[in-house]
Amino acid sequence: MADFDQELDATGLNCPLPILRAKKSLNGLEAGQILSIIATDPGSVKDFEAFAKQTGNELLESKEDGGKFYFRIKKS
Amino acid sequence: MAQQKLTIIATKGTLDWAYPPFILASTAAALGMEVSVFFTFYGLNLLLKDTSPLKVTPMGNPGMPMKMPFGPKWLQSIDFGPKMPNLMWSVPFMDAFATTMMKKTIKNCGVATIPELRDLCIEAEVKMLACQMTIELFGYNPAVFIDGVDFVGAATYFDESSDATQSLFI
Repeated sequence: MADFDQELDATGLNCPLPILRAKKSLNGLEAGQILSIIATDPGSVKDFEAFAKQTGNELLESKEDGGKFYFRIKKS
Repeated sequence: MAQQKLTIIATKGTLDWAYPPFILASTAAALGMEVSVFFTFYGLNLLLKDTSPLKVTPMGNPGMPMKMPFGPKWLQSIDFGPKMPNLMWSVPFMDAFATTMMKKTIKNCGVATIPELRDLCIEAEVKMLACQMTIELFGYNPAVFIDGVDFVGAATYFDESSDATQSLFI
């Protein structure tokens, strides 16, 4: 079973599009559901931390693998 | 946490300076903030239905990097900005050339276009306020602006920003 409810491919997108797309995807989820995001923008690492802090959604995971950045955010 | 609010005064009307207000407004809205942008003087250009008049020029802007958005890697890595005498950019059609180059670079880098970013702001219910005084001063027909714009004066901006948690002048 996948450990997320929805996946967002934000590869190739630059600031602020990964954040805006993530926000839009989260709007379609219910509380407790998890959004998985893949991005290539190095700025997105700090930005998703800030996004989680400001919106109250929990950043469950943030990792880099082969030049891509993977995030999992749980909707509050 | 009480809802935070951002107000921005946007005063610049070139393609490069169109980015900061729309990037910050859309991001703040995505973070859950209430956002109002007051467009005044050249900033009114950012509300035009047709955004093609938004241009960029290296003239009088020696800080602007000028790199080729296509061609071999070695060529793309050269920054022509500091290498050219700034006077060269005053040659006719240089603005159009620089604008075309910048749009190409924007596309290559996965950066949103201005109409895209502006639509995202509207979708996120960013309030757009246009300076009525400037509209009259520059002789604009209000029909050239996008729908949903409120035509207001400085007093409305201050009323709008009186409960703002952050305010920016761009």
